[in-house]
Amino acid sequence: MTVYVKGVVFEGVDFDDPNSWKLDAYVARGGYAALKKILQTGMTQDEIIAEMKASSLRGRGGAGFPTGLKWSFMPRNFPGQKYLVCNTDEGEPGTFKDLDIIVNNPHALIEGMIIGGFAMGITVGYNYIHGEVFEAYERFEAALEEARAAGFLGDNILGTDFCFQLHGHHGYGAYICGEETALLESLEGKKGQPRFKPPFPASFGLYGKPTTINNTETFASVPYIIREGGQKFLELGKPNNGGTKLFSISGHVNRPGNYEIPLGTPFSELLEMAGGMRGGKKLKAVIPGGSSAPVLPADIMMDCTMDYDSIAKAGSMLGSGAVIVMDETVCMVKALERLSYFYFEESCGQCTPCREGTGWLYRVVHRIEHGQGRPEDLDLLLSVGANIAGRTICALGDAAVMPVQGMLKHFRAEFEHHIEHKHCIVPGY
Amino acid sequence: MLTPESLAQIDRELAKYPADQRRSATMSALRIAQVEHRWLTNELIEFVAGYIGIAPVAAYEVATFYNMFDRKPVGRHKLTVCTNLPCALSGGADAGKYLQQKLGIGYGETTADGRFTLMEGECMGACGYAPVMLLNNHSMCSHMTPDAIDKKLAELE
Repeated sequence: MTVYVKGVVFEGVDFDDPNSWKLDAYVARGGYAALKKILQTGMTQDEIIAEMKASSLRGRGGAGFPTGLKWSFMPRNFPGQKYLVCNTDEGEPGTFKDLDIIVNNPHALIEGMIIGGFAMGITVGYNYIHGEVFEAYERFEAALEEARAAGFLGDNILGTDFCFQLHGHHGYGAYICGEETALLESLEGKKGQPRFKPPFPASFGLYGKPTTINNTETFASVPYIIREGGQKFLELGKPNNGGTKLFSISGHVNRPGNYEIPLGTPFSELLEMAGGMRGGKKLKAVIPGGSSAPVLPADIMMDCTMDYDSIAKAGSMLGSGAVIVMDETVCMVKALERLSYFYFEESCGQCTPCREGTGWLYRVVHRIEHGQGRPEDLDLLLSVGANIAGRTICALGDAAVMPVQGMLKHFRAEFEHHIEHKHCIVPGY
Repeated sequence: MLTPESLAQIDRELAKYPADQRRSATMSALRIAQVEHRWLTNELIEFVAGYIGIAPVAAYEVATFYNMFDRKPVGRHKLTVCTNLPCALSGGADAGKYLQQKLGIGYGETTADGRFTLMEGECMGACGYAPVMLLNNHSMCSHMTPDAIDKKLAELE
């Protein structure tokens, strides 16, 4: 399914070769050269962080925070245990890139984490993997064994005094654990309920110790940046949007899959790479950055380039790079009903506005979809949304509201039609 | 309550965490216990808690928060279908309907012969492989068209 186009994470991976994920194959395509470069040429922590900053790499999990800056927040000389955590709890509807990274190129992630550990003076790391992709967890554990046996991981890496221990940890079915402090709670063996911030994980993270958390794709981009230089990575993309990025394309296209392309590539080109619209139908709308991102109608989307700034300017967000493509047959009320159910189901229940509000949103959209909507329901949705957004500990509340606001902004007429005529303008999904 | 093999697996998980943070292995220990017994009774949860050295309620809270843990008996094969939007656009909801018809049960139900339990799932992070069905929590089945479903079910005793 995966289609590698042009990018740093999947560079050289042979998707037809079942052994391409293994250590030998990774080393043959230049793997662990970045780690060797650091340990054998005496590259300093400051130099590594400077390269990361120069690359303009922004966090690939959804928030888009500059990675080099995040790494510089870690108190390097903190006298005690610190932790490095990878967030592979990939459960944002539409996103399936990290799964493919772990299955097809796990050592890029492992090498990236080892380098991160070195740069920030951290000796222990964990990778928290979405429970539903248990086979990816097993693949990651197998890759760790290989890395340990080859001396890239563990005590005295490559004969130096640098030590770094890395372990896999799986979830077991909770979207909320993709939120980084919920993930930390879960990693501590508790319910995954987000923490108040501040304090931020950089000062109070796993087991109360300073912790840096990055996404899988972020870490997997690190070896290239160190090997080739931050500037070269930056130039692959566009200013403030350095590098290449994985886009997970799902929905009504001929070839759903992961496409690794330079940031700034026009959406129209990406759609073409994915084989165009399935069945030759007309594009109606796109959710450009995972289910939490506001939907964009076809005409706006066709003018966008795929990068953080362009999508933000269009009123949505690039998020995790999950592009959900919908054709002219999709009923937007039904689509929103399913998404609203998801947030209702996955709210952790900690904050009242989210716990109660996501249920309200779902029930109101549900009744519109089932022909029982009332004329005042659309304003009610916006009012409930306004009472959730910004009033909760974590962003799940906002994430539940943004799809509602986006749908009503661009497709209000369709909702009104539904309320008035008690059925869809279009046949269904 | 658990075989020496299961206990050895739990020990391997415990070794990943600091000695004073054994609680971190709760989720994997419950997973290992569930694989052996298919679902988690209160006795099993208490046993796991005792083995790790945490209060029973701490293990119970994990067993009830995460939705891949089963607190009620399930069939020999648990099938979880993703019906979230990206999957639904590529036949996920239809796959769920087909399974309901074929098995004669609704979501959350088990066939009378105890062979299958059918569940409706949330995003599994595999939307590009839609429709997807998770078999017994750990095995992802891709492109579950009616033909593929027929074939897969025939393999399962």
